[in-house]
Amino acid sequence: MSAQQVLFDAPGPRARRTILIGNIVGVLVALGVLAWVVSALADRGQLAGSMWSPFLEGRTWEFFILPGLLNTLKAAGASIVGAVLFGLVFGVGRLSHAAPIRWVAGTVVEFFRAVPVLLMMIFFWLALGRSGVVQPQDAPFLAVVIALTLYNGSVIAELVRSGVHGLPKGQREAGMAIGLTRTQSLRNVEVPQALLAMLPALVSQFVVILKDSALGFIITYPELLQGVRRLGVGEGNVIPSLLVAAAIFIAINFALSSLATRLSGFLSFRTRGRRPAARGSMTMDPAST
Amino acid sequence: MENYLTLFETYDVPAAFWVNIQLSFWAAIWALVLGTVLALFRISPIQSLQWFGAAYVNIFRNTPLTVILAFGFLGLFSVMQISLAENLGSSLFRIAILGLALYHAAFVCEAIRSGVNTVPLGQAEAARAIGLSFLPAARLVILPQAFRGAVAPLGNVLIALIKNSTVAAAGSVATESSSLMKTMIEFRSDLVIPIFFTFALGFVILVIPIGLLTTWASRKLAVAR
Amino acid sequence: MHKTRYAAAAMAAVAALTLSACGGSDDSSAEGGEGGGEMIRVGIKFDQPGLGYDEGGSYSGFDVDVAKYVANELGYAENQIEFVEAPSANRENLLSNNQVDMIFATYSITDTRKETVDFAGPYFVAGQDLLVSADSDITGPEDLDGRNLCSVTGSTSAQKIKDQYPGVELVEQPGYAECVTAMGGGQIDAVTTDDIILAGLAAQPVNAGKYKVVGNTFSEENYGVGLPKGSDRCEDINAAITKMIDDGAWEEAIARNTEGADYTPNADLNPPTPAPCAS
Repeated sequence: MSAQQVLFDAPGPRARRTILIGNIVGVLVALGVLAWVVSALADRGQLAGSMWSPFLEGRTWEFFILPGLLNTLKAAGASIVGAVLFGLVFGVGRLSHAAPIRWVAGTVVEFFRAVPVLLMMIFFWLALGRSGVVQPQDAPFLAVVIALTLYNGSVIAELVRSGVHGLPKGQREAGMAIGLTRTQSLRNVEVPQALLAMLPALVSQFVVILKDSALGFIITYPELLQGVRRLGVGEGNVIPSLLVAAAIFIAINFALSSLATRLSGFLSFRTRGRRPAARGSMTMDPAST
Repeated sequence: MENYLTLFETYDVPAAFWVNIQLSFWAAIWALVLGTVLALFRISPIQSLQWFGAAYVNIFRNTPLTVILAFGFLGLFSVMQISLAENLGSSLFRIAILGLALYHAAFVCEAIRSGVNTVPLGQAEAARAIGLSFLPAARLVILPQAFRGAVAPLGNVLIALIKNSTVAAAGSVATESSSLMKTMIEFRSDLVIPIFFTFALGFVILVIPIGLLTTWASRKLAVAR
Repeated sequence: MHKTRYAAAAMAAVAALTLSACGGSDDSSAEGGEGGGEMIRVGIKFDQPGLGYDEGGSYSGFDVDVAKYVANELGYAENQIEFVEAPSANRENLLSNNQVDMIFATYSITDTRKETVDFAGPYFVAGQDLLVSADSDITGPEDLDGRNLCSVTGSTSAQKIKDQYPGVELVEQPGYAECVTAMGGGQIDAVTTDDIILAGLAAQPVNAGKYKVVGNTFSEENYGVGLPKGSDRCEDINAAITKMIDDGAWEEAIARNTEGADYTPNADLNPPTPAPCAS
């Protein structure tokens, strides 16, 4: 049911009046909630100029927000590369015709999908910090990247698998027919097509990675949330600082989500008629923060 | 091995998991209610409600849960002085539930919307043909089928919620399992790996049956078409 | 040909992610360690106002002041000091992996820690205490029954009070500053940890005049200078600490970093005499 207008008739005069009233009420309620929030914030002095003036100073951005944002992007970027590689390896592993490989890849993927990312981060943070293998101050960054790679890589492995399963059977048969082995057909015919089809879901997964990098603050990784937390504590403007951080996250993630939607529109146009099964995977993976 | 077993005498691991289960249970109920309302908003004929639903989903879906929970403690509880219970512990517990519910409601809404997308057009047309207006059509025809179609995505949201309940540590519920694991590793660094696998296994045991159950249920409940 | 197509699809997948991965530069904080023979690396807290706090480009606090004084006595000018963040959990590792030359980070001298690191000092004797709002009637832990107490997640100091006074409601937060924020809203009655940490929090400009340290300490924490095992700097550091105490710079540093907090350190124990170095 793609055209949702079908849920209701084209409104007649009475329905139009009801909708108009509904709209007025809706807008009034929304404005009322907004006004309540604003007045509650103002009551607590959160809208005072002194609460927000730090954001007009270069120092705030130079030492708290931008370094934090840079660290967030660094961790997210490294995790994205790691997760895509992990996902390709284990996704193909799950499709392997050798049962042991399939079984091992399946266990690994299911395990890391079931374990909370935060648990993995805390574990790698403490274990790496104590192991002496890495420099202690690198441990938080590595823990964030490893945990995000393992979890999101497993999700991407599932995307690869379902992408390949969504392909018409003829693709593999054609591959075999021209004398490719099953592995060759998988690598050279099926996975590349699946990758293209899963691109929107992949980009949505990047949003998850970016959001989850904010868990790093719990293990002392100096990312954006940690930066604004320190700022808010020092300036006594915790709420404004958190709102600014939230706005930055929303802006980046919204851009990524829109990209995913546009990609999906573009791809469904490109592949229309050829691959009906691969559509409809656009709902974002909620799994994880 | 004996060393490992003494861990359970010193630390109450099941109690920590119980906290996560409670957080998830209440947050799941509120998220389901709120998410359904939001989904109704998004498919309703009233543009302001559609707009509100879309804005809510885009804001909460794109904000890290950590930020939402930190906001719950520092913003709602500390600065706005909103208490949800007489007693401090339960007040913070409820604020964590609120944060989890608000966040996951956005995903519930999307899951139900994807369920609505599985309902064939003819169903809505038939509902209109027999004279049902929007709300009765939604309540009697569309949503019952949509929920059936949404079982699998809703199950995914529930799994995510259970795992995300560990993030409540950032919202000051320090009795849940990730906080306990941290404490245990700090005091017993000789057993880092067994401790981690104990907690990891706990979540595997919680989460995998839910995955299997929802997969089974979504097949069983799928509307034959 | 088929290789290229595979590569192209993979590239498409990777292209999207490089957008957000623009900060691919390597970690610059790690490389300052080696080489620069002129520099001394000092581990401090970055998030503890009044003791070790990253002001955004510069550092402030009592630990920082003592560190600068000592480093100066050891022959390092202020621009030869490199400050490194030393969170509580990492302090031993930083020293044993030779990541820092010394640590001034509210580092209590304990026998367990002496097994892995050396200590100079103590340069301050702190004690567990309570921070309450300026008009509060709480004078010690016995007044906490039925009140809300805040401390850092997993800290032993909070647990000690909780064990002795079961009526206390305990909130655990990632940092003390969060506790103080909550106390500002009146939701928390007291924050507990070492007195000088509390004084440093209370002395922040935004908090000035709002809180007081109760001044009824119930433990003894000797803050020492953490050194790698076998360091030869201990004697010189002790001499520097003694000199700092004698010429009044020590007292001045306490006063400057706790100004506005209505705080005086426990006079029976402070200023301390550095203990003899382990040979």
